[in-house]
Amino acid sequence: MSGDALTNSEPLKRTPLHGLHEDLGARMVPFAGYEMPLHFLPGVLKEHLHTRAAVGLFDVSHMGQIALRAHSANVLDAAQALERLMPVDVLGLVPGQQRYAFLTNGSGGIIDDLMVANLGDYLLLIVNAARTLTDAEHLRSHLSETCDIIAMEHRALMALQGPKAEAALMRLAPECVMMRFMDVRRLAIMGAECVVSRSGYTGEDGFEISTPADIAREIAEGLLEDKAVAPIGLGARDTLRLEAGLCLYGSDIDETTTPVEAALTWGIPKVRRRHGSREGGFPGAGVILGQLENGVDRRRVGLRPEGRAPVRAGTPLFAVEGSDEAIGDVTSGGYGPSVEAPVSMGYVPIDHSSSRTQILAEVRGKRLPVTVASLPFITSHYKRG
Amino acid sequence: MLKFTEDHEWLKLEGDVVTVGITDHATEQLGDLVFVELPQVGTKLNKGDGAAVVESVKAASDVFAPLSGEIVEINQTIVDDPSIVNGDPLGAGWFFKLKLTDTKVMESLMDEAAYKTLVG
Repeated sequence: MSGDALTNSEPLKRTPLHGLHEDLGARMVPFAGYEMPLHFLPGVLKEHLHTRAAVGLFDVSHMGQIALRAHSANVLDAAQALERLMPVDVLGLVPGQQRYAFLTNGSGGIIDDLMVANLGDYLLLIVNAARTLTDAEHLRSHLSETCDIIAMEHRALMALQGPKAEAALMRLAPECVMMRFMDVRRLAIMGAECVVSRSGYTGEDGFEISTPADIAREIAEGLLEDKAVAPIGLGARDTLRLEAGLCLYGSDIDETTTPVEAALTWGIPKVRRRHGSREGGFPGAGVILGQLENGVDRRRVGLRPEGRAPVRAGTPLFAVEGSDEAIGDVTSGGYGPSVEAPVSMGYVPIDHSSSRTQILAEVRGKRLPVTVASLPFITSHYKRG
Repeated sequence: MLKFTEDHEWLKLEGDVVTVGITDHATEQLGDLVFVELPQVGTKLNKGDGAAVVESVKAASDVFAPLSGEIVEINQTIVDDPSIVNGDPLGAGWFFKLKLTDTKVMESLMDEAAYKTLVG
C-alpha cells in the first residue's frame, strides 16, 4: 500500500484548540502551516454524514482574521477603500451583515476569496490561512493611507454547521435565533465578546464564531456538551464544501482564474459592472468587466463521474476517446458521502460547459465517462428571510 | 499459513494459491473505503506490480502484488460494497487469489508476531 503521509519540515503552528483535538483523539496533519485535525475517531465519512444530519464543530482558527479600520473611524471610508480592491458591493453592506468577496489582481485573477463583515465601526475580513500574509500585505500596500490593517492574533475561529446548529448555539447565546443567513453580531458567549456570523462552508445552516483565544477551548467544550454536536476534521470539511459546490482556494481558484471563469459572477453586483454607478475601479476591471460582457473561453463546472471511481484534483479531461489533447482538468474531486457517488469540479471550454455534456476523465490510464452537472451537488439549507 | 508484508497486506497459503487482503492496520490508516478496483482473472503479475487500487474518502492507494503469480479469483463483493473491507479486512474483505510461481518465497515474509511488532 502506498501511504498518503504528509511531511513538512517547517515548525507547525497550533490553534487554541490544539489540546482539545489531541484529547479527543484527532489524527493531526500539517495544513497551511498549522497542525490541524484531519479527522476524529469516527472518520471522514461518518463526520460528514453527522454534519448533514445533526451538527458538527470545526476548528477553523488557522484562517486569517483581518480588521480594516478607517483612520476617519467611519466604516464607510473603509468600505470605499476596500471596493478599490474587489468587484464587490462593500458600501452596500449594512452594519450587521457580511458577504462573500474576492480580491483580484491586475489580470483579473483571484488573490483570495474571503468573507467581509460590517461590524459597525470596522470591517472584519475572514481569509484563507495560506493567503493571510499575502492578503494583509496587499491591503497594506493599497489602503494604508486611509485605513489601519490589523491582523487579529490571539483569536480562535470555530464553525458550527448543520441542521441542529441553532439549537446547539442557543444554549450559550440565545440571541443567535434572531440571526438570518449572512447576519453578523457581537455576542457574549461565556462572558467573552465573540463575533458570530450565520454562515459557513458546508451548504448547511450554521454559524462561524470568532472568540478570544484564551476562552476558545471552554466555549468549544460548552458546545460539545450538547450530544448532537460532534467535532469534525478538515477531511469532512473538504467533502462537505465540495458537495456544496464551494471553491477551495489554491485548487479551484487562484491568481490565474478570474471570478467569471470560476462561475462566481453572482458575487459581482450590477453596481460594479459596466454602466453601474460604481463601475470598475478594482484591479483587473478591464478583464473582468470585458468577460462579463463578452463571455469567457473556459468555466468552472460540476462533474459527475459515471462509475464509482473518485476523479480527483489534477485529473485531465478529454472531449472524446481518441483525442490526445486535454480540454481541461479537475480541480477538486472525491467521493461525496451524501451524494453517495463521486463528485468533482473542474474547468472546461465554454462549448463543453452546459449541463449534461458528456466528456471523459483519464484516471490511471483509463478514460472514464463524466457528465457536466450543475452545482451544488446537494440542496443547500441556509436560513434565509 | 498466514503471512504479512511491509505494505500491510496479508497472505494465506492453501496449496500453491494465496489469498491476499489488506490488514486491519491498513484499513484504520485509510479510513472508510469508497472504491475498490481489482485485477482481471488471468492477469500475470510480478512481485511489486500494482494489482489493485483502493480509495478512501481521503485518497487513492495502490495494492501491490506481494509475490509473483497469476490472478485466479477476485472478490467481486468488495467492488460492489467497499465497506466490507473495513468491516472484515482479514475475512470477507479479501481482495484476490494469486497462483504463485514459487511457494517457497512465502517463507521470507513476516509472521503475525513480526508484523505486530512492525505496526506497534
